[in-house]
Amino acid sequence: MSPLIEARGLTRILPATVPVTLVRDVSLTIGEREFIAITGPSGSGKSSLLYLLGLLDEPTKGTLSLAGHATLGIHDEARAKLRLATIGFVFQFHFLLPEFTARENVEIPMRKLGRLSPGEMSRRATELLAAIGLADHLDKRPDQLSGGQRQRVAVARALANDPPLVLADEPTGSLDSTSSEQVFLILADLVRQRGKTVVAVTHDLDIASRVDRRIHLVDGKVVSDDCNKDKKAEPATPDAR
Amino acid sequence: MRLLLELAVTHILGRGRQTVVAIAGVALGVGFSIAMASLMQGGEDDFMAQLVDTMPHVQITDERRTARRQPAEDVFALAAIAGLRPKEDRRGILNPAEVGAMLRAFVPGRISMSLRTQGVVRYAGRDVGISIIGIDPEEEAAVSSVAGDFLEGSFASLAGGGNNIIVGDRLAERLGARLGTTVTVVSSTGQSRGFKIVGLFHTGTTARDEGEGYVLLKNAQILSERPNAINDIRIKLDDPSAAPAVARRAEAQTGYKTVPWQEANESLLEALVIRNVIMYTVVGAIMLVAGFGIFNIISTITHEKARDIAILKSLGFTQGDMRRLFLVEGLALGLGGSALGWVMGFSLCYAMSLVHFELSGAAVGREMTRLPLAWSIWHYVIAAGFALASAAVAGYLPARQAARLNPVDIIRGAS
Repeated sequence: MSPLIEARGLTRILPATVPVTLVRDVSLTIGEREFIAITGPSGSGKSSLLYLLGLLDEPTKGTLSLAGHATLGIHDEARAKLRLATIGFVFQFHFLLPEFTARENVEIPMRKLGRLSPGEMSRRATELLAAIGLADHLDKRPDQLSGGQRQRVAVARALANDPPLVLADEPTGSLDSTSSEQVFLILADLVRQRGKTVVAVTHDLDIASRVDRRIHLVDGKVVSDDCNKDKKAEPATPDAR
Repeated sequence: MRLLLELAVTHILGRGRQTVVAIAGVALGVGFSIAMASLMQGGEDDFMAQLVDTMPHVQITDERRTARRQPAEDVFALAAIAGLRPKEDRRGILNPAEVGAMLRAFVPGRISMSLRTQGVVRYAGRDVGISIIGIDPEEEAAVSSVAGDFLEGSFASLAGGGNNIIVGDRLAERLGARLGTTVTVVSSTGQSRGFKIVGLFHTGTTARDEGEGYVLLKNAQILSERPNAINDIRIKLDDPSAAPAVARRAEAQTGYKTVPWQEANESLLEALVIRNVIMYTVVGAIMLVAGFGIFNIISTITHEKARDIAILKSLGFTQGDMRRLFLVEGLALGLGGSALGWVMGFSLCYAMSLVHFELSGAAVGREMTRLPLAWSIWHYVIAAGFALASAAVAGYLPARQAARLNPVDIIRGAS
């Protein structure tokens, strides 16, 4: 089976008077059903690597294959299409559209993909939100939800098109400890129950210690890529949600 | 596309006050453009109607566009003529019956033949120079706009027996004459006759009211010593737009210079074209200003919605989607403004149609006049077209900028 992500010599240099190297010669292979944490000090290139893996940014050098598709030099249209079907993003800030309800926000990627009928989209959005404990908040706008609830809506939105890969950039960074735990357990549940691959950038050492694999970056370079032997992640339970 | 439309609507409605201002700007532009176009077109139509009504549609004179060819040139293939002094021909169209029959065979309209000569009207020691026009009363009544401008008498009055003349009211005023007065007419050839005034007209054009006198054709021929000659054929067509074709054929058949009304008023018609160019330039300028309002609001929205743009792009929306989104917003404002502008334009035109002017003048008496207005769907279509084009450009510029936004820059900034 081909890996979900295969990166070879990924390098990202910001053009400037003094060019800044964000990611330096990173080679990675990520398979299905993996829960990976990318860690490292501030400015080590964690988010930059995530954006490269998520096709939001283009590498200066190196190659990247995503779900068997070579991504080097492909047109914006094709990148967007691949992103829409293959990747779900969760950011530190929820980035929900403020004028739309929780359900409408979750429906947006489905509507863009256009594979489901309006009824099916609505049903799927409802199911996703119910699965993360937001069944009573379907028609609330983001400003009527708490920080943790908004972030959970963002996770549901990331899963809207049932992508095999979820990329999360500091998903618990702006949450209190209770909400952080809820979001972490949902992400873990995605791997255990739904068979997704989750790659999360995090500063949280507790979270990093509870995932399957930890990639540590320093100055844009991978310094360690280890499997956690003593991981403590548990599948999210209805109570925990 | 429906999703983009929904997003566009939420963006626009999210900035209520600015949206109202932008739509009002476009609506004002469209409304005033329609009103202005209606007035300008109305004025032009009025002017053209007067031009077409008062002038002959085709006029044939006794001139030729080029000098007559010498018979030797027609007979021999190569002829050199030196020291030629052309004979002084008797001027005028000397075979009017033949020319008239030729024209009546194909002209779809009415024809009047006349002889125009210069002379002086003398009465009570006053001399006034006039154009003496010899006419057939029946033919002239069917062609001339003066037929509708009589204050006293009519063209038919000329045929009442004796030597009769019809003059303008201002000429009679200058001479101190009135209906029934006998005046003396002296022609440029020195012929002199007494004529009784049997009709007075007022066209409103001083040159005609003060400088024209109508007599029977045979009297004009006697005064100018040109028996059986005419020098002016005027044609009124059933369809004025056919004048150039009729003129071409008439000139080809008669050999005399034949001028359609369009050629006679070429410079005036060119001036009207220039006036229209100026009008549509002003309309374009108004719409350009309205476009700035749209540009302003779309720019603000793209700036405010940078995060939304970033997340939509990260979800899988393309640069093209983003361009379309903000272009749709610009066009929506343009459409809204156009629709409101149509209502405003129609209301303005209706209000102007109710305006009455009372014009008074020494000779015209009192006349009730309205603003000349033209009602045409094209004014609405063109104004909306300008508005939408302006809105499209105003929306496209910020849309292009929004599409180029790098989501990574925005996500990093927001985190």
